[in-house]
Amino acid sequence: MELTVEEKEMLEGKQGRAVQKAMEILVTLGEIYNANKMVKVRSVQISGVSYANLGSPGLDFLRKLSEDGKVRVLTTLNPAGMDLEEWEKLGIPKDFAEKQLEVIDAFKAMGIITTATCTPYLVGNVPHYGDHVAWAESSAVAFANSVIGARTNREGGPSALAAALTGRTPMYGLHLEENRVPEVTVNFEGKLRNIFEFGVLGKAIAEKTKGKIVYIRGIEKASVDELKSFGASLATYAGIGIYHMENITPEAIKYEPPKNNLYLSQDDINSQLDSLRDENVEEIDFVTIGCPHASLEEIIKIADMLQGKKVTKEFWITTSRPIKTIADKVGLTKIIEEAGAKIAADTCCVVAPIKGRFKAMATNSAKACYYAKARNNFKVRIMSFEETVMEALK
Amino acid sequence: MIELKGRKIYKGFAKGKALVSSEPISFYGGVDPETGIVKEENHPLEGKKITDKILVFPKGKGSTVGSYILYWMASIGTAPAAIINQETETIVAVGAIIGEIPCVDKIDISKIKNGDILEVDASNGAVRIYNE
Repeated sequence: MELTVEEKEMLEGKQGRAVQKAMEILVTLGEIYNANKMVKVRSVQISGVSYANLGSPGLDFLRKLSEDGKVRVLTTLNPAGMDLEEWEKLGIPKDFAEKQLEVIDAFKAMGIITTATCTPYLVGNVPHYGDHVAWAESSAVAFANSVIGARTNREGGPSALAAALTGRTPMYGLHLEENRVPEVTVNFEGKLRNIFEFGVLGKAIAEKTKGKIVYIRGIEKASVDELKSFGASLATYAGIGIYHMENITPEAIKYEPPKNNLYLSQDDINSQLDSLRDENVEEIDFVTIGCPHASLEEIIKIADMLQGKKVTKEFWITTSRPIKTIADKVGLTKIIEEAGAKIAADTCCVVAPIKGRFKAMATNSAKACYYAKARNNFKVRIMSFEETVMEALK
Repeated sequence: MIELKGRKIYKGFAKGKALVSSEPISFYGGVDPETGIVKEENHPLEGKKITDKILVFPKGKGSTVGSYILYWMASIGTAPAAIINQETETIVAVGAIIGEIPCVDKIDISKIKNGDILEVDASNGAVRIYNE
């Protein structure tokens, strides 16, 4: 791998210990994956923020790096294990909260913007078409590569942090044109009636294409919220970082649809819906919207539906701090909280320590269903956005 | 003595007994960092202690949090003395670097048997097998 003079200095420790450790990680990954050089990145998104995942060794590692490490590009964080300001409202234990805040402090000491969200592209970390970035968080990776046309591999927590501390990432994988080419055409012959069905379609495609890059035909229109939901689901169930959608995503026009064709119909959507609706759910005791984090538009819709009503179940709307701040300023938070629901910023139902607290969850997110089952042993019922809000009121 | 040549992932030198797994290892969830014992059910190393061993396995698997587990084990003294892989991937590579565990890959691990005395000269990408 060819390094510049400055990169060699970083590797030799001339720019501090944190930078040296970061460069060791990047050079090693570059050699493993046959990169021939580093590429400068425009921004970074870091995962591994919840104390539930990091534990004390992760915290210890971050503290050591923060002794002399400073990020060189705009860097934002994934959701934490709790709302960083109003954690008590969510019933988070005090000892967990203290450790979580120490994690945030270590990131802050490195110059990281501690907006903890899985949707950085909605709140100021917005790359442009063709930009190289180093993002962790699988749903944001799918969005950046596919919807924006920026270029990033699926980073893990430490490799993204290493990119932030050096401003670079090894040039391999999805940074290279030849690895972004679609391999299979998915012809969808049904009609998606609702945002949540985009998530369901993502799961259906993931299970049939097993990690291949897809070129999707048959979707007429898609909003940012719909693509957010679709990419999150595809990334969760297939583990891939890019897709192309004809007439919708910017790089699709570069390619002919691959000759390898797959056909999906409304029946496939329906059978996936069945797989995301557990049998024998006696009573739903947890309702959540905001996986990935809710947009302003979604919060406006929820406030409209909850105005003057009272929820009967624990209902979390999870979003980023900046979106919550806007909701506070314009009175949406007040409407939602007067109805007894909670807007939780900085966190989500995937990373909060809620195992054992609930039995059955209703949500509009196919990604949230996966983690609710895998991590928390909840039963799940997927439903439309409107039905989810109605479930909280029932 | 047989010498196998591979590729350095993280530098260092270690000598010890080989503990060989034919299956990939997930450090997050699959190994108890406090005791160094493999706890993944039906894993060929289930119940075995990896601490201070030369741990030989094809590659890592599972969550990227696994890198932090290797760091954790190194910081409390339950980590393996060195790691030898067929193909190291991101999780193990990053774990070895941040935990400063000597690590070599591109080794034909079928040539190594459980209990072999190994010398890992990671800086030179070399593994030496000493049988009696």
